Amino acid sequence: MMRAPAGLIWAALVALVAVPLIVAAQSPLLQWREPIYVAAGFAGVIGLVLLPVQALLIAGLVPGVRGRRSHVWIGVALLLAAVVHVAGLWITSPPDVVDVLLLRSPTPFAIWGVAAMWALFAAVLLAAVRRRMGHRAWRAIHVVTTTVIVVGTVVHAVLIEGTMGTMLKGLVGLLALVGLSYAIWRRRNSRTIIRIRIRS
Amino acid sequence: MTTTRRKLITAGAAGIILGASGLLVPARAQGLAPTPTMRGGANNYRSGAPIVDRIGGGGFWTTGTVRRAGDGAPLARRRIQIWAHTTEGHERDARSHGATLTDADGVFRIEMPQIVPAFGQPHGHLAYDAEYDDGGFETVFLRPVLASASDTSLTVDFVLRPA
Repeated sequence: MMRAPAGLIWAALVALVAVPLIVAAQSPLLQWREPIYVAAGFAGVIGLVLLPVQALLIAGLVPGVRGRRSHVWIGVALLLAAVVHVAGLWITSPPDVVDVLLLRSPTPFAIWGVAAMWALFAAVLLAAVRRRMGHRAWRAIHVVTTTVIVVGTVVHAVLIEGTMGTMLKGLVGLLALVGLSYAIWRRRNSRTIIRIRIRS
Repeated sequence: MTTTRRKLITAGAAGIILGASGLLVPARAQGLAPTPTMRGGANNYRSGAPIVDRIGGGGFWTTGTVRRAGDGAPLARRRIQIWAHTTEGHERDARSHGATLTDADGVFRIEMPQIVPAFGQPHGHLAYDAEYDDGGFETVFLRPVLASASDTSLTVDFVLRPA
């Protein structure tokens, strides 16, 4: 594959994270929200933009960083973002979040967010015990949980009328889906190399 | 054995569904069906909000009718409570809540601050609470979603089932 210049990739990565945050910060909705609700919303934005970042890292496309290690840290950040998102919404409106968690919310996007949240918890837990799993089992399960996280989060985000705007959410979501597919394909092709690395 | 039991349960469930829909058909034939409570309709409800001319600064109109199930007769002086996330407060805030009474034609109309998207949708909450009414109708909680966040009014109709 032809490699893009490092500077260009980093600029794209910074834009990928910064533009959604800047756009969300301009949203008129913020003026009618209390700080905890604003924080919960931004945690959601951060969670969404971290998805394509995760894909880029694990696909080894970010120059100058150890992709695998960064992937772990960004995974932890993603977990934090999800926890702040749900906790902040819970404080803002407890009955709405209880309904979501009990799968009886009237909003069509809630179920997608719940699926992504549980898949994220599962992915983190399994990552913690991955050494005790076989490599094939780990990979298969991680691909499944990751797919649920990405698809769930993207649908959840796009269906919501929030601070980021549908167009931008769609764009970041598309990048996350393309990134996920590419990372899975890329890692599958590099199976032998990974095995050698693990054994050495 | 399990299969048989499962079949029996399935058949039973199907029978109950058929039976229930069978019961609904004559009820519909008798006239206007009652409005069912919506999921999440009662969220952040504060019972006994005061009857007010207007909630906060106003600018957004919530209107509708209250009628009796069956014959559709308009119900006068029924207390309808309204609350929402608006430009002036969160759903949970007392200042976001208010109530109004229907007129002789069963019509209610209350002005409130602009509803803004919250929890992913621009939506309002309305209640007819039997606890605050002596008319013998069942409580109904509604959670209508605005067609667009730029809408400046919302119409909601209640059809109440006699208790």
